Amino acid sequence: MRRNWMKWSLWVVAVVVLSLPVASWAQLTTQDIAARDNMEAHVGNLTGHANSGQAKYDYRRYCVGCHGDLGDGNGEVAQWLDPPMWPKPRDFQLGIFKCRSTPTGTLPTDQDLYDAISRGFDRSAMPIWNVFTKQQRVDLVAFVKHFSPRFVSEKPGTPIQIPPEPEVTADRVKNGREIFARVQCWKCHGVTGQANGPSASTLQDDLGRPIAAFNFTEGARPKCGSTDQDIYRIFMTGLDGTPMPSFADNIKPDEAWDLVFYLRTLMAQPSKEKDIARQLGLKPVSPNP
Amino acid sequence: MRMPKQSRLCGISLCFHSALTTALVLIFLVLSGSQRANALPAFARKYGLRCSACHETWPILNNFGLKFRDNGYQIMNDHDAPIWQNPGYWPVTFRITPIWHRVSAVSDVDTYQNVGATLPFGTTALQRITTTGFDLSGLDFHTGGTLEKNISFYVLPSSDPTAAFHFETVMGRFDNLFGSPWLNIKMGRFELNNLLSEKRMVGLTGNGGIYQTYHFIPQADGNIFGQMGDNQLGMEYVGHSYDDRTRISAALLSSADGNVNLTFGNAYSGFFTFDQGVDMGKLGVDRLGFYAFVGQASTYFRTSGGAPIAGSGLGNKGFSRVGFTGQFYFGPHFDVNVVTQHGNDNAWFGQGYGNAIATDGNGGVTCTGPQLTPGCPPNNTPGTVLPAGAQAPIWNGVTVESRYVYSPQLIFIAVYEAERMSQQANGAGCATSLACFGTNGTYTNGQSTSNLGNINNYDFIIRYNPFMTNRAGMALQSEFNIFHQIGTGATSPITGVNTNLNSSELLLGLDFDF
Repeated sequence: MRRNWMKWSLWVVAVVVLSLPVASWAQLTTQDIAARDNMEAHVGNLTGHANSGQAKYDYRRYCVGCHGDLGDGNGEVAQWLDPPMWPKPRDFQLGIFKCRSTPTGTLPTDQDLYDAISRGFDRSAMPIWNVFTKQQRVDLVAFVKHFSPRFVSEKPGTPIQIPPEPEVTADRVKNGREIFARVQCWKCHGVTGQANGPSASTLQDDLGRPIAAFNFTEGARPKCGSTDQDIYRIFMTGLDGTPMPSFADNIKPDEAWDLVFYLRTLMAQPSKEKDIARQLGLKPVSPNP
Repeated sequence: MRMPKQSRLCGISLCFHSALTTALVLIFLVLSGSQRANALPAFARKYGLRCSACHETWPILNNFGLKFRDNGYQIMNDHDAPIWQNPGYWPVTFRITPIWHRVSAVSDVDTYQNVGATLPFGTTALQRITTTGFDLSGLDFHTGGTLEKNISFYVLPSSDPTAAFHFETVMGRFDNLFGSPWLNIKMGRFELNNLLSEKRMVGLTGNGGIYQTYHFIPQADGNIFGQMGDNQLGMEYVGHSYDDRTRISAALLSSADGNVNLTFGNAYSGFFTFDQGVDMGKLGVDRLGFYAFVGQASTYFRTSGGAPIAGSGLGNKGFSRVGFTGQFYFGPHFDVNVVTQHGNDNAWFGQGYGNAIATDGNGGVTCTGPQLTPGCPPNNTPGTVLPAGAQAPIWNGVTVESRYVYSPQLIFIAVYEAERMSQQANGAGCATSLACFGTNGTYTNGQSTSNLGNINNYDFIIRYNPFMTNRAGMALQSEFNIFHQIGTGATSPITGVNTNLNSSELLLGLDFDF
């Protein structure tokens, strides 16, 4: 009997000892995040504060279910989101964001994060939070930033310059088609933009989770905005954390506009570019030129 | 000799450890179980959002929830159509509330000669009757969602505590027609577009579970058709801006107070709303708006053998309810909601005409006898004239609901309502109620006091959600209601005058949905 008692005691000690590192790590993480409580965000003439009661309240009410108490994307809901149909919530601690106006590998601006909150993300569980006041959203930007040490050690990148949009012409649409073939957009997005390229089924994000290429043909809005400028920005900055790279080194700014025009011809929404493509009898690019 | 003792010692130790282990295992199971319930309220389950995302406290909507509803139960993320859902997804939630409550009101009761007597002494006295006990609310089965992108539905079979069912809500809706959030249409039986929703209030007591302002009917008035708290049958247009700051609606309704089977006549009413949200910075998004409920309803029904024929209503008379609505946030923790009302019924309604069919509220008919049968309201048959001095009843009302949200899981609510008659249907020439008012519904000199029917209603609620996930909803609720109405209480056996109605109710409930 005494042996049994000793065995039980050993088990208890072992569990306690093994749980100490976990508890310490959690404690350190919490303290680490709390140390960045004075994080600020600036959008227009508004200043957001991570330590404002409003930010904490709103995060707890609206965000914590997916993004978790520690901003690590492990809220109670995360387990029910199955990628690629429902992408997992963003891990704010990594400080890696898809939608930026800044070059790949750099931090987004506060305005980028503000726009992401206001716009939401199509084809994900992230809603459009434009019912909040502007001040609420700027406070939330500061709160999101305070989860990652990157926002202490690094400055946001400088937003890329987007030249004025030229007039769309048949030549530009045709040139855009050639660029689409040259930089091999079709490998993921498919020759007709239906997200059925040869690599589509193998795509994974940086954390090894399945991810789907954007299907241009089903009428969905691109995740990072649907204006021509937004689309230009997406492939010139890349979507960090995903297989979508930045093409800033491969495509000249003027060419980038041609690619935007060609991508418009693949989209379901009616456009001038689609009309031109129809008149030209433009065929999908060939995967084997 | 030592063995028994040793065994005993070891036994205690083992018992302690076993109990400790069992307790730890149980705690683990309970905690893990509470985080992983296998079903969830319909919309939270669909979108993976916590209930606090859409609800200030479930079921009261916050601004995001309001926008979700205005978009036809869609968050507009291209995953709204059911084709995106797991095939096992079934958008059903039920809600029921076991309660304990204490109800207290004054009645005119028989008095007995002595203890043990079996027959009344022959006199009555006003006495307060207080009853306590465990009870149940009704049961709601909510099912709603999208049939396809921008085509949605909502069906709500609802029962009273005895399981007598009716359809509280049944509607189909088409949203974002031509890609515009300004074009949304729905048809069926639905709640009117009230900024302060009665169907989403958390009050559970008899008088705290409705907004008096939404249901106020002057004493002896026969117009049941102006109750904006009741779900109505009709068609509604709703438009809103992309961010839901500006909202507008117009509904064409059958003047039937939501009763099915064309119980009344060919009369329609309209309900119109407008409200504008304003970005108030750190305070939040505050809203200000107005509504107008105007329409006509029948006062005369064709008869057969003297009994009114359902659906034969004629002799339409008018009524109106107009007022302002406000929703004012003072930071994340405190908000005040206000609804005012100026009500006006045609003089015929004031004399009790309108509901000659005497529906039971769910399409059934309780009056089958000829006119003037006890329990049957009057019928404005040809030749009927208004009594001398009859006039249109007019009143004003206000509802103020204050909420202190300590956290999404703990909320304190205080509701105050006041309804004030400004013109009685029978004039107001009496100095005292005794001078002009006899037994209930009988005017001894044709007039009633100016304050007859006035209401003061107070409701206080503490609501606590012990857990908050997107799987299920549960709240522990304590509520206290005080209701006071002039001249509608028990008739005094001494004066023969109706006393004031004073009642109170204390309620403790377990409000849950799944």
